[in-house]
Amino acid sequence: MKTATGKEEIYALLEEVKDPEIPVLSIRDLGILRDVEIAENGQVTVVITPTYSGCPAMDTIEREVKEKLEAEGLDVLVKSKISPAWTTDWMTEEGRQKLEEYGIAPPAESTADKASILGKPKVVRCPRCKSEETSLISQFGSTACKALYRCDDCLETFDYFKCI
Amino acid sequence: MTKEEALYEYLIRLGDNALILGQRLGEWCGAAHQLESDIAMTNVALDLVGQARMLLTEAGEVEGKGRSEDDLAFHRNEFEFRNNLLVEMANGDFGQTITRQFFFDCFYFHFLQALKSSKSEFLQAFAMKSIKEVTYHRELSTDFMIRLGDGTEESHEKMQDAVNLLWEYTGELFEKTEADEILIAEGIVPDLTQIKSLWEQDVMAVLEKATLLIPDNKGYMASGSRKGHHSEYLGYILAEMQYLPRMMPDAKW
Repeated sequence: MKTATGKEEIYALLEEVKDPEIPVLSIRDLGILRDVEIAENGQVTVVITPTYSGCPAMDTIEREVKEKLEAEGLDVLVKSKISPAWTTDWMTEEGRQKLEEYGIAPPAESTADKASILGKPKVVRCPRCKSEETSLISQFGSTACKALYRCDDCLETFDYFKCI
Repeated sequence: MTKEEALYEYLIRLGDNALILGQRLGEWCGAAHQLESDIAMTNVALDLVGQARMLLTEAGEVEGKGRSEDDLAFHRNEFEFRNNLLVEMANGDFGQTITRQFFFDCFYFHFLQALKSSKSEFLQAFAMKSIKEVTYHRELSTDFMIRLGDGTEESHEKMQDAVNLLWEYTGELFEKTEADEILIAEGIVPDLTQIKSLWEQDVMAVLEKATLLIPDNKGYMASGSRKGHHSEYLGYILAEMQYLPRMMPDAKW
């Protein structure tokens, strides 16, 4: 069994593990990847956290993390933990940009702003035409983490990654 | 009753509420009046089933008999379930589903707020995670209560019928047992009597905006789930939900 040289090597490998629902984002971009530990015997422990309690992508993500690192000859353990609870604040700046380019409006502001937790984002920008004239169609969208919006300028509907 | 037994009972109660309500809402999949509502009902169901998985896994560990979340969900019978009667009530029309959801969401929201200061590490983490989801659920059901209650003559009538039908199942949300007393004393769970007053304020304010009235049933409230006495509905829910794992016990996803 091979041993990893360092955490950064593991993080770099895991950069290739994408969210199955949003394949442009890595689990690191999304903040799902919480920690990597390397034990003295070389065993790698990867800690992940679900975005939503019922997120059906977790099993796939866990399997892909294992497959990715095992392919490198590493001994891997994947742990899931719920505390501290995942928040959209953990999404990287790069992740937000990739999300918008992909056609999903990124979370509008920090959850420190109470209004966002109450589901009333101030401005959600249309990822297609960049108009700020948009309206909420439904608080629940194609996956648990998204709401459905409509652009009042280009009239396209789009997904919005809601703040939690 | 030991502290572990009390905690097991309490976790089962919470887990079964999330599981059975999730199963009920899942029945709307492909059947709601518009796509957005269909998706919303199943999104809420998904959150609840996810919560049920955490709670039942933890219950199995506290019990210490090696039972998994699946063992608890699929291999118990009606009288072993501890979900409230409210969550097993039929979906009925969309208004009835929303009314059931609204009564439950208001309870669950205030309950989880209080549970955030639990001395149990698991329950505290669970509450912090779930409250984010339930905040959205409550907003959805509240909006629909007002929109449909204070809507057309027909929608108002349907919502009033739903309130009349479901009101008597709200009382036992706040019933306490020996397990409550033990866990409240340890600072592990909140006192449901305090949650009740928050729930009442919330519900009354929304019903007023929705132009709906609570029925005059002389204070009668149905009871039984804390002892495993359920309505006829639960048997049918379990028959459907448990069919596959019981038919093929070693079936893996």
